[in-house]
Amino acid sequence: MTAVTDRQKLAYIAQQAADARVNVELETEGMTLNLGPQHPATHGTLRIVARLDGEQVISADPIMGYMHRGYEKLSEVRNYAQITTLVNRIDWLGSFANEVPFILAAERLMGVEAPPRAKWIRTILFEMARIANIGLFLGEMGLQVGAVSPTFYAFRDREFVLNQIEAVTGGRFHPNFDRIGGLKDDLPKGWIADTKAVMVRMAEFCDLMEDLLLGSEIFEARCRGIGVIPPDVALQYGLSGANLRASGIDWDLRRDANHGLLAYDDVEFKVYTHPDGDSFARFWVRLQEVREAIKIVEQLCDGLPSGSIQAKVPRIIKVPAGEAFVSTENPLGEMGYYIVSKGDLNPFRVKIRSASFNNVSIVPWLLRGVYVPDIITILGSLYFILGDIDR
Amino acid sequence: MEKVPHVSTTDTPEETVEVEPDELREGLVAQLGELLGDSLLDHAILPGVDLTVRVANEAWAQAAEELRYVLGARYFCFLSALDWMPSPYGRYLDAEVDKVLAAEAGESVDKEPEPMVSGVCGGDTRLQVFARFSNVKSHWGITVKADVTSDDDPRIGTLTKVFAGADWHEREAWEMFGITFDGHPGLRHLYLPSDFEGHPLRKDFPLLARIVKPWPGIVDVEPMPVVESADGPAADAAAATDEGDAS
Repeated sequence: MTAVTDRQKLAYIAQQAADARVNVELETEGMTLNLGPQHPATHGTLRIVARLDGEQVISADPIMGYMHRGYEKLSEVRNYAQITTLVNRIDWLGSFANEVPFILAAERLMGVEAPPRAKWIRTILFEMARIANIGLFLGEMGLQVGAVSPTFYAFRDREFVLNQIEAVTGGRFHPNFDRIGGLKDDLPKGWIADTKAVMVRMAEFCDLMEDLLLGSEIFEARCRGIGVIPPDVALQYGLSGANLRASGIDWDLRRDANHGLLAYDDVEFKVYTHPDGDSFARFWVRLQEVREAIKIVEQLCDGLPSGSIQAKVPRIIKVPAGEAFVSTENPLGEMGYYIVSKGDLNPFRVKIRSASFNNVSIVPWLLRGVYVPDIITILGSLYFILGDIDR
Repeated sequence: MEKVPHVSTTDTPEETVEVEPDELREGLVAQLGELLGDSLLDHAILPGVDLTVRVANEAWAQAAEELRYVLGARYFCFLSALDWMPSPYGRYLDAEVDKVLAAEAGESVDKEPEPMVSGVCGGDTRLQVFARFSNVKSHWGITVKADVTSDDDPRIGTLTKVFAGADWHEREAWEMFGITFDGHPGLRHLYLPSDFEGHPLRKDFPLLARIVKPWPGIVDVEPMPVVESADGPAADAAAATDEGDAS
């Protein structure tokens, strides 16, 4: 009895082994893995269809358009004040930074320049949007590679910055505060002192993130050497912001192409680059960028000039005919608007050059040959917002 | 096509401040002229800030190549297209406020269709392609424009062989404007469903939301307050609204 059972068992095992051998031979058959449309690594709904060979990606094809809102078409039927509410919603984590290049482009066409105080407040809010935006990234990057706690710290501390933005503009996420020729309002009383206190706190937050993540063996193992972008490829694809600087290209529009538009010429800050071009470098560059942004806000708060916050502009704004392209160094990278005006209430054409569109266009190239778990690290470290891709 | 004077209308203050000519950008135009010959059709310089050139259709990819390899503009910023046809649907703003504004400007509400005018650096076709490149070492940017072959079958060469990143931008321009990029590895839909018909960013593509529900305009149009300098427009506005009230 037992012998028969043993023989049956042996036959069963032999059969299994034969099946296993067949499976080994058939292993080269590919598999399609559908990532998304919803995934924690994407701020919004990006879908990636990846062809796999075992654990390796053969090809990856991002499929977008789940959030395409057609802002370029809508801008053609709205006047300039209405468009700022639209462009607020492109990169929703750093909304104020979206308004600024649009307003600057319209100002260049009109030949208007905002008074110094307006410029300084713009720059302060711009950098605070950067701190809120990238501060969240610092926590999220931990989440992508398995460290959950940094995310909660990031959400907690980002709130202090958003509170300060809300105190000035009335909106946590969508300020809609920038106007052609200046700003909607001046700063509230006592805001400067509060902001300085928040900046001290955010500096501590950066140290906390560094303590939590940078020393961690798991974090380094998951990020070092993953998703390396050589500098020339980065330039070809038009990567910008920290993604470009992490590939060793020293290019920051705040320092290199400001043209006196914002108050960056009056403050001292460093532009950090990293030679490695991997996911770790992108994290590290962003961490330093937040620290520099904190320094910029502190300097601007100390030397805020007095005076008007609004230049003289007509009540109903008609922008003279012409074309202008203005781009600024937004939290995600270079964001620019190419405005074509024909002297009407509304622009004739607005081309929105958003940072994430270029930053994500490298994904098919970058994901080729990586392992499945690294997809998440790479997407997380490229750091895009879907509203910024789809517009 | 008439050339619109870009620099003179909008940037007069900067021009008067910066008396010295922009040597960097003048030099770039001269260099490009040597490299491209007759294919460099036009250029406009915003002193100290920006540079726009227009090249011939055949020289589009060559211009990008020269810019990248000879002039060092290795950073690909964006590529897109322009449709210069005035919208046959008007401005979608034909509401109460429009009548007030039109009366203020002394125009009739039913305006003649505007003539087609190309923007900076001119152009001969309705559709144009434009792209921007930057030199990250010497910190300048350049916008390059080119006409398409014809309005019925708009075509232009691809930039993907020079800048790999032009791939998605050309797919977007193909989808939104219907411009075919010869030599592109795969012109597929980027945002829209694959069976979508039409090219949404063309001016003759209606914005259906505005047709279904017309723009209400500013509902509470107040008469314009008289501004400090009693110049022409303010006085006209007061007169216009007075007339409106009487009738």
